Amino acid sequence: MSASAEATVLITHAVGLHARPSVKFTKLAKTFAAEVEVAVAANGPWFDAKSIVKVMAAKAPKGTMLHIRARGDGATQAVKALVDLVQRDFDEDADHARSA
Amino acid sequence: MSVGNRVMRIEGIPASPGYAEGPLFDLDQPPVSYKAKASVGEEQAALVSAIGKAVGRLAVLIETADGDAAGILEFHIAMLEDDALRGPALAAIGSGQPADAAWRAALDREIAGYEASDQDYFRARAADLRDIRDQVLRALSEDGEAAAPPGAILHGEDIAPTRFLETDWSKGGGIALQRGSTASHVAMLARSRGVPMIVGLGALAAPPTGDALLDAEHGAIIFSPSPAEVETFRQSASSFADRQGAAKTFLTAPAVTKAGTAVRVQVNIAYPSDVEGIDIETCDGVGLMRTEFLFGKTLPDEETQYHAYRKVLEWAGGKPVTIRTVDAGGDKPVPGFTVEETNPFLGLRGIRLSLKRLDIFRVQIRALLRAAIHGNLRVMFPMIATPDEYGQAAALFAQEQAALVAQDVAHKLPPLGIMVEVPSVALAPEDFADVAFFSIGSNDLTQYVMAAARDNAAVAHLNSVRQPAVLRLIAAVAAFGLEKGIPVSLCGDAGGDPETIPALLAAGLRDLSVAPAQLATAKAAIADVAV
Repeated sequence: MSASAEATVLITHAVGLHARPSVKFTKLAKTFAAEVEVAVAANGPWFDAKSIVKVMAAKAPKGTMLHIRARGDGATQAVKALVDLVQRDFDEDADHARSA
Repeated sequence: MSVGNRVMRIEGIPASPGYAEGPLFDLDQPPVSYKAKASVGEEQAALVSAIGKAVGRLAVLIETADGDAAGILEFHIAMLEDDALRGPALAAIGSGQPADAAWRAALDREIAGYEASDQDYFRARAADLRDIRDQVLRALSEDGEAAAPPGAILHGEDIAPTRFLETDWSKGGGIALQRGSTASHVAMLARSRGVPMIVGLGALAAPPTGDALLDAEHGAIIFSPSPAEVETFRQSASSFADRQGAAKTFLTAPAVTKAGTAVRVQVNIAYPSDVEGIDIETCDGVGLMRTEFLFGKTLPDEETQYHAYRKVLEWAGGKPVTIRTVDAGGDKPVPGFTVEETNPFLGLRGIRLSLKRLDIFRVQIRALLRAAIHGNLRVMFPMIATPDEYGQAAALFAQEQAALVAQDVAHKLPPLGIMVEVPSVALAPEDFADVAFFSIGSNDLTQYVMAAARDNAAVAHLNSVRQPAVLRLIAAVAAFGLEKGIPVSLCGDAGGDPETIPALLAAGLRDLSVAPAQLATAKAAIADVAV
């Protein structure tokens, strides 16, 4: 039976899960073998977290509770790493958030 | 040569001397439209290849883009590389659509999705999607577009710096522009690479075709030349080459006038890699290393800058290297750094901009302080207009130096000088008696004294350093420097112009900085001066 993990995290970044944050988010997701998905509601729809086109389509602004779930190798680590990234505001300072 | 074409000679302004003979290449030809392919497989391959081409171009732009701009470009690349974006288009091609229509339709659906969003930020991304769409459409239609043949004379209204850099000049060729300017960045690049170029030809009735003769020494282009004209042209070209060759004999020796007066001749460089083609023995150092090209479209981080500066300092050995802090603005916009202005030459450029963006300026200062230990560095500030600006910039150097001391990082405080390009400095140099050196930026000084924009061919006749008012200011600064023991040099284009060098030496200058390609001719011209 393959591993699976799920978590929710509050998006605090000024512009939400958008252009630059989503580049970082999908790049990080792609480093894991596990299948990773995101959603803005607990019951979906779920979007492929490795596709920037899909992640952007989730349209998650600041204040969204982002649901992240993963299945397969490294699922737990993938969810943890992605939650950390969101909690760190995508490693962007306020200056960059302006035009991110 | 070609029968039926009327011989036509059009006068222009020489921007980079030399001769070129070759086929004309029209810079303004309308973009070729996409040519449908024979099979679904070829259509799909064409789309994938066009996406790859667009990604490749963006990757090149990122190299020189600042933080904000680079972030957006990275987003574009990530979108383009995502199978989810191209998937619907490839599927549509599979059901019989041509690549361009399929891509346009697929992207337009995405764009509509963004435009329908109730969030401002999301709606704004529609512009990014349109940009992505058009980049790929452009790459698709370029498929069948002819590149300039080797040795071609590129002619048109104006030329983009990227076009210049993309062109292979190893087989000769030249540039002939209807507008353009001798002070544009392409003109500077052309001079430093030895590519013949003329500007200000004016509008042409009909776009000429066939072969042409470009005389960028005197400033003319001849369309459909007669055999006699070709013969005369080749004689002039060969005489020019001989003179260039004769000048080369001056290259390796120090510059001295007929009267035995020594003149220092340094080089102007724009990229750290420029030094690779220059023998340090042929010059007295680097009189101007620009840094805005390094900034290009992204802001380089401290390490990138440190290594760029260090490379040039180590190349120069103990000879002086004068690095100018970033001179963005004016005709040199940097996305994410410079601001949109109606009159950018009189706006927030040079030191004015650096003092407004201390986050960016401090990074450059730290890189300079750290690099200073690797050679004979001097640092100068562009566009200084008041003593206070110099004071603020110098104080920032002191602050960053203190920070490096605290962090125990190896560094050195270089001599800090200023550019003399705003007339306020040239008129009252005594207000700047505490600077380590003056470097006259003759291009900007001339445009500000004569109120003649350097990028406007219509006022090019006013834009000359040899205008008496400009020469008088240069002489005053040289005299002040001599009196106070403050070194004065000149790093504008005039320093490399054989016609202007006698006037500059007569004005009291003994230190010129020129484009590397002009080193030999400048030294030859100096040898001819009686001062």
